[in-house]
Formats: sequence, structure tokens, C-alpha cells
Amino acid sequence: MTASTPSSEQPVPGVRGSALHRFANPARFLRLARAVQPWLLAVTLVSLLAGLYFGLVASPIDYQQKDTVRIMYVHVPAAWMAMFGYSTLAIASAVGLIWKHPLADLAGKAAAPIGAGFTIIALATGSLWGKPTWGTWWVWDARLTSVVVLLFLYLGYIALWNAFEQPQRGAKAAAVLALVGIVNLPIIKFSVDWWNTLHQPASISRIGTPAIDPAMLTPLLLMAVAYLGLFLLLLLLRMRVELAERRVAALQLSRSRAGESR
Amino acid sequence: MSGFFAILGRDLRLARVESGGALLAVQFFALGILLFPLGLGPEPGMLSRLGGGLLAVMALLATLLALDRLFQQDHDDGTLDLLRTSPAPLWSVVLGKALAHWLLTGGPMIVTAPLLGVLLQMSWPAIGGLCAALALGTPTLSLVGAIGASLTIGARRGGVLLALLVLPLYIPVLIFMSGTVTAAETGLAFGAHVSILGAILLLSLVLAPWASAVALRQIGE
Repeated sequence: MTASTPSSEQPVPGVRGSALHRFANPARFLRLARAVQPWLLAVTLVSLLAGLYFGLVASPIDYQQKDTVRIMYVHVPAAWMAMFGYSTLAIASAVGLIWKHPLADLAGKAAAPIGAGFTIIALATGSLWGKPTWGTWWVWDARLTSVVVLLFLYLGYIALWNAFEQPQRGAKAAAVLALVGIVNLPIIKFSVDWWNTLHQPASISRIGTPAIDPAMLTPLLLMAVAYLGLFLLLLLLRMRVELAERRVAALQLSRSRAGESR
Repeated sequence: MSGFFAILGRDLRLARVESGGALLAVQFFALGILLFPLGLGPEPGMLSRLGGGLLAVMALLATLLALDRLFQQDHDDGTLDLLRTSPAPLWSVVLGKALAHWLLTGGPMIVTAPLLGVLLQMSWPAIGGLCAALALGTPTLSLVGAIGASLTIGARRGGVLLALLVLPLYIPVLIFMSGTVTAAETGLAFGAHVSILGAILLLSLVLAPWASAVALRQIGE
């Protein structure tokens, strides 16, 4: 029982020195998470408010798109976080499979619904942006299709986690699926370059001078910081909830065992 | 390598013994195609335009049919435990099973596709492109499907879950299979599409047995 409930305060002997395994101890992780969370919350709130102000009020309108260009400030960072979320999922899965790191499995489980949420936000805002600018809610071009595939990869990961009697088996199977699904990330990233799509190519990542005005770049980056902070905040919260649930289950199990022996 | 051939021969023999069961996938493939002229109406121009895409989609769905039995039976009767502890590398076992699966599903589909193409009024160049696309695409479907099959062993509602996991991964194959047919039909060079299908096949030939073996090994732990 104790093996499946990592809730003891003592670090496991033998793994103390490794930096990777330092936070395999849930107690240590929880202490760190509690210390970091207020700062994350502050950064998220400040950058969100500043980003929304600069994005919705203080930034110039586009000479062609008029006010609809402001959808960019919610759409683009959401798409970034959809991909960042999947990268987190894949890295956590790799760490969980290779080093059998117990918190890495938890991190993957916690990250998946958040990433799926950002993917849905990116798809919905993109659709709302597409109607006035492209004249259609949806086109079947490579960027949009590969992001839909990303959403289904997230959903498959979540479904696989919950499909087994033993949670350990679900964790491992879902981790392998997450790693297989990595092939989709470069397809999303480069779809706008490889195929002749309606979706525009990247404006930000060009090395040197970004193809976007600083007045628009500032709110965009502020919103990106806010989304990233929100992602990390939700990730830590979900991991803490997951650990608490495991602890409750372990306590209930030991209590019912004590009741049997009496 | 002997493990690979032993598994391949065993799975083919098992399929022959289970009389008729082996060719269920291709029957589903043909029957599914016959539904479309009845559902969409028999107008020849439309059918010949849609034919390649319909056959490619049906190939994806028919491949799924036999996948959930790829490892499940061996897991239930304990064969998989023996295979896992045998000296033959696990990836060669997966490769043998995937090849047997392809010979029983993808292979018959390639043979029946021209007949179904004629029924759908497709042109001969389009049918040729379709056969080339299926020949390079369906082995990938079996290999990637093997990953999904090994992940869903023992899962609740494993069959539906398998389809949900595998179909998103099939999408690139579908795109380039129907791209090949469209290009062949309009007289364009379809070499690029075929090359990409071949590249995907080579990549999954290397990576899929390994990923599936990793998944199989997780069950024992």
C-alpha cells in the first residue's frame, strides 16, 4: 500500500542526491508548490490586467481588420499554450516512463485537461476571428486540422488514463500515447510553411525583427505571460488536489483495514 | 528473426483455423463502400469524384476492426507473458503480429479496391493511384494500430477507446492516400504523395514496433 501512496515525509534513501528525484518526495513538492503559488497568482493577474488593457484599449487597430485584430491577443497565446501544454505532457510522460518518477505521471494527468482547455480556446477564438476576416467559421487547412488532431490527442490521453482498473497501468499507457503523439507538434508548427494555407505564417518567431508592430507585440507578450502563469498555477493546483485525493484514499483504506482487524 | 517468422506463421495459422474470421475486415470494407452509392445517390460523376476518398476512409475504418484482437487474446490466455519472457526481442514479436494483421486486412483490401473502384465509376489512372496509395498506406495503418492495440490491452471499452486513440494518428496517412488518388485522377504527378507515404511507412516501421514493445513491457510491471 505504501508504494502506491507517496505521502510519507521521509525521503526515500538512495535517491536523495539526484536533483530530479529531490521533488519525487510529495511533501517537499507540496512545500515548494505552496511557496510558489502566490507569486504565480500575482504575475498572472498583473500581466492579465495589463495585457487586457493594452490589448483591448490602448493598442492601435489594424488598418484592414479594424477592431477584430484584438482577437489576436486571446487567440495566439492560447494556441501557444495548447502546444506548450502538450510539450509539458510529453516531457512529463518521458520522465515518468524512464525514471519512474511518481510526480511526473501526476503532472501529465494534471496538465492534460488544462492543455485541452487552451486548445478549445484557441479553436473557438480562431473560429470567431475567421468569420469576419476569412468569411468563414472554419476551413480545412493544415494548421486548423492539426490543432483539432491535437485536441483529440489530449482527449485520448485523458480517456486512456481512466480506462484501467489499476491507475498505474493507465498512467504508463497514457504516457506512451503522449510520446507517440509528439509527431503532431512539428506538423502544427510548420503546417503554415509546408502547405499553402489560409492561416498566416508565424510573425513573432522570426529572428531579429518580428513582423509585428511593438504596440501590438507588447500586449501580445503580456497576454502570453498571463496564460503561461495561469497554466502553471492550474497545473500546481491540480497536482495538489490529486495528491490530496490519493492521501484521502490511502487514509480511508488504512482506516477500513483497522476496522477489520478490530 | 526466428521469433518474427514464428509469430507471423502462428498468427496466420490461427486466422485460417478461425474459419472466415480472417476476412471479416475486407468484407466490412466492401460492404461499407456499397452503402455510399445507396446513401448519396448513384450519380456517376459524383461517385467517381468521391470514390478515392471513400475507399481511403473505409480502409482506415476496416483496419480498426481486427486491431482490438491483435494482443487481447494473447493477453487473456497468457501467451503474451510467455512472449515477454522469451529470448526473442519484443519488437520482432510486434512486427510479426503487425505484418500478419496487414496480410489479413490491408492485403485483401488492395486486391478488392480496383473492383470497388470500378463499381464507383473511378477512372483507371485513379484506380492505379489508389492501389499504390493503399500498398504504401495500409502497412502504416497496421503498424500504428499495433501501438494502439498494445496500449488498450485490458482497458474498459477497449475497442472504442482504441479507435479514438488511433484514428487521429491515421490522419496523415489518409491525407496523402487521397492526395495520391486526386493527383492521379487529374493527370498530375503523384510521386511526391507516394514518396511521403513511403517515408511515413519507413518511419513507422522503425518506431512503431519499438513503441508498442515499450507499451507491452509496461503491463508486466
